[in-house]
Amino acid sequence: MHLKRESKLRLATVGGLFVLSNSAVAEYGLNLVEPASEITRSVFDLHMLTAKLAFYISVIITVLVVYILVKYRRSSGAEADMQMHKGKFGVFSWLLVPIIVLGIDLSIAGPGTKTLHQVERHVDAELTVKVTGSQWKWTYDYLDNDVRVVSNLQEHEPNEPGYLRSVDKLFVLPVDTNIRFLHTATDVLHAWWVPAIAIKKDSIPGYIHETSTRITKEGTYYGQCAENCGTGHAYMPIVVQVVSKEKFNDWVALKTAEASAAAAEASADKVWSKEDLMARGEELYVKNCVACHQVNGEGIPPVFPALKGSAIATGAVADHLDVVIKGKAGTAMAAWGGQLNDLEVAAIVTYERNAWGNDAGDLVQPADVKSAR
Amino acid sequence: MSDAITHEAHHHGPPTGAKRWLYSTNHKDIGTMYLIFALIMLFLGGAMAMVIRAELWMPGLQLVEPDFFNNLVTNHALIMVFAVVMPAGVGLANWMIPLMIGAPDMAMPRMNNMSFWLLPPAAILLVLSMIVPFFGGGQTVNTGWTLYPPLSIQSGMGMDFLIFTVHILGVSSIMGSINIITTIINMRAPGMNMMKMPIFVWSWFFTALLLIVIMPVFAGGVTMLLFDRHFGTSFFDAAGGGDPVLFQHIFWFFGHPEVYVLLLPSIGVLGMIIPTFSRKPLFGYKSLVYGMAVLYGLGLIVWAHHQYTIGMSIETTTYFMIGTILISIPVGLMIFNFIFTLWKGSITFETPMLFALAIILMFSFAGTTGVMLAVVPADLQYHDTYFVVAHFHYALIPGSLFGLYAAVFFWMPKWTGHMYNERLGKIFFWWTTIGFNLTFFPQHFSGLAGMPRRIVDYNMIFTEFNVMSSVGAFAFGLSHLLFLYIIIKTVKGGEKATTEVWDGSSIGYAGLEWTVPSPPPFHTFEKAPVVK
Repeated sequence: MHLKRESKLRLATVGGLFVLSNSAVAEYGLNLVEPASEITRSVFDLHMLTAKLAFYISVIITVLVVYILVKYRRSSGAEADMQMHKGKFGVFSWLLVPIIVLGIDLSIAGPGTKTLHQVERHVDAELTVKVTGSQWKWTYDYLDNDVRVVSNLQEHEPNEPGYLRSVDKLFVLPVDTNIRFLHTATDVLHAWWVPAIAIKKDSIPGYIHETSTRITKEGTYYGQCAENCGTGHAYMPIVVQVVSKEKFNDWVALKTAEASAAAAEASADKVWSKEDLMARGEELYVKNCVACHQVNGEGIPPVFPALKGSAIATGAVADHLDVVIKGKAGTAMAAWGGQLNDLEVAAIVTYERNAWGNDAGDLVQPADVKSAR
Repeated sequence: MSDAITHEAHHHGPPTGAKRWLYSTNHKDIGTMYLIFALIMLFLGGAMAMVIRAELWMPGLQLVEPDFFNNLVTNHALIMVFAVVMPAGVGLANWMIPLMIGAPDMAMPRMNNMSFWLLPPAAILLVLSMIVPFFGGGQTVNTGWTLYPPLSIQSGMGMDFLIFTVHILGVSSIMGSINIITTIINMRAPGMNMMKMPIFVWSWFFTALLLIVIMPVFAGGVTMLLFDRHFGTSFFDAAGGGDPVLFQHIFWFFGHPEVYVLLLPSIGVLGMIIPTFSRKPLFGYKSLVYGMAVLYGLGLIVWAHHQYTIGMSIETTTYFMIGTILISIPVGLMIFNFIFTLWKGSITFETPMLFALAIILMFSFAGTTGVMLAVVPADLQYHDTYFVVAHFHYALIPGSLFGLYAAVFFWMPKWTGHMYNERLGKIFFWWTTIGFNLTFFPQHFSGLAGMPRRIVDYNMIFTEFNVMSSVGAFAFGLSHLLFLYIIIKTVKGGEKATTEVWDGSSIGYAGLEWTVPSPPPFHTFEKAPVVK
């Protein structure tokens, strides 16, 4: 109701300026994204209150000014009242403004403070997810279940609806559950923002911030990184799939099984063949490394160095492992040790040492990675 | 008084050639140089905005790479703030304050020369910061003008150029401010007491006071950044015990009052123009002066509303929210006084007045979206979206840039001795105002729909709003060629301007600038005039 009336008002004000295609209006309208949780609903209502006040004040000022301009224009013979500023109104009217404006201010500050307390009230969470921003992907750790989802951009063409709004791994959440998000970052500032389900707080390296929500409607919700994080800032979409509690539990069970299988596979003792490592390495390289180092390993010098023929990728294995596991301070090279298991690091490093004409020839086994950590 | 004005420049006319400008200690020449510098940089910063809008015209990457795009965003903002609006404001102050208060020149003419001549090197460094990445200077500066670490630690050599730019500009601004304050306090003609001063002089008094408080803080902040980058400190690095959020506090302690630095001179200009074309004394002079004092005080203690999302305690956040909302009181007072100056006036609509009226409407609109943004929970949705971009362009383009345009049309006849072409002036006003609104009004909606700032590319659901914005921006940008044409034409010739220039210019007003000929002689007020 509110939404529609405000949209009409706004449309009326901008008159013929706006030619809106149906698709844009159907999906987004002219207002904040339709809320799908209790907290975003409260914020939405607060937004409507302040937006209406803003709209009415603007209209009142505009009407008043236009009235004055028409009434007191010289071409209609208006004579200036030279004494007006010395009269009672002139001397005391300054008091009017603080009184009126303070009235408006307080009518906003009251509900504002109330909603703020609601935003900051963190009831006992039934599910806690650590959301970590990295250049340029999101990692979701379900702290209660030991499940991790790493979510990357899924490529599309600019004319496809999924362009910059699709990810390879969905972030799955249950409906009607008290959820707590813990926000942090590994490299620079990010901000995890899905307007329909939760307000945003910055992800800051060295900080852990908390937001809470209780999603009331199943569905797919979109968002993206809101704090400038460099080259790939526009390429960090978020897709949240909200499902029923039963489906969520099934999904968690599946993910847990997958995770333990992967861990078993990676656990040291097995010795892998070069073909296996190269195949896995290529897959993982494309997923994790190409954003900077490119598919052909040539990087984007001078910012993102080439791996093809580089001193690290053709030099000592220990140095190579060190850079991949611990990252490189002061550059965009992240520490991958926490995000990849031994097998994955081994595969990537093997691939980098033997692809694009690099001919180090050596194999790196999971056991080597384990001892290098 | 008359012999002070007609005093012939028999032995000290302007020197000739390059020396006149390089060695200048004359407030009028230095004012002119400031204004020309600002105009050149306006075209540079504007050209960057055009590239930004051209890239955002459609989804997909068309013109520039993501890093270069955000470098444009960064330098567009820095140029517009530090190299356009601030120098233009100082240029107006240089030209008009001595004329208004009856001073022969600025209090410290040589320092005045130095504060101007620091600007071109700063501008060169600023431009170099964009160029060095193409010559092996490392990562481009893709941080946005806020220069937030840790991203700014990742940047290459360009960031160091920007840090030095800020240092030089800081020195220039502080010297300029000291000069202006000293002039206002010490150089007033007999009888021109503080509460008789033109409101423009008052506005610069508070602006200069603000600059002296905030510029050293910003300079300190970027110096810490420099040390983090090169000398192994970790002021802003959590891994070394530092705090990335500390920089945001330092930056916005500077950055929020900076908004008033940009704004106040234009408010002062409005306080000159609206009475003139309403032919009626300024309504509420005293409350305007005190309102600016309140704005000065409040402006210094509300900075954290730019960073509600950093996770401050609920008490701190509430404090910053209430403080920010209270700013609507002095700003509301200013708008109120301007509207009641119009009331019962005898209004005409010359170009400066058209700009002034448009400013009242558009700036108060920006004020209302500002109150929306001040409310924390709602801001947690708006923060870092195009809603914010729309809001601050509505505040800064009408609030400061249009104020400068109004001032140029208002005072150009005084400076050059020629009237500008009124018809062209009006065409420029309508063209630029419509272009501006078409550019930024749709951005409110793309922001609400969820489009973040500083993204080079977007999903097609945002296309319509961005197309409108881009069309508007090209119109807005193009209108400035007309502006340039009008200025050149007026400097070269035109109808002779009278001493008074505007028939309402001296109504109920003590300023002395309308008592000197148009254009004023090279030296004015060699004998102090007396204000009754």
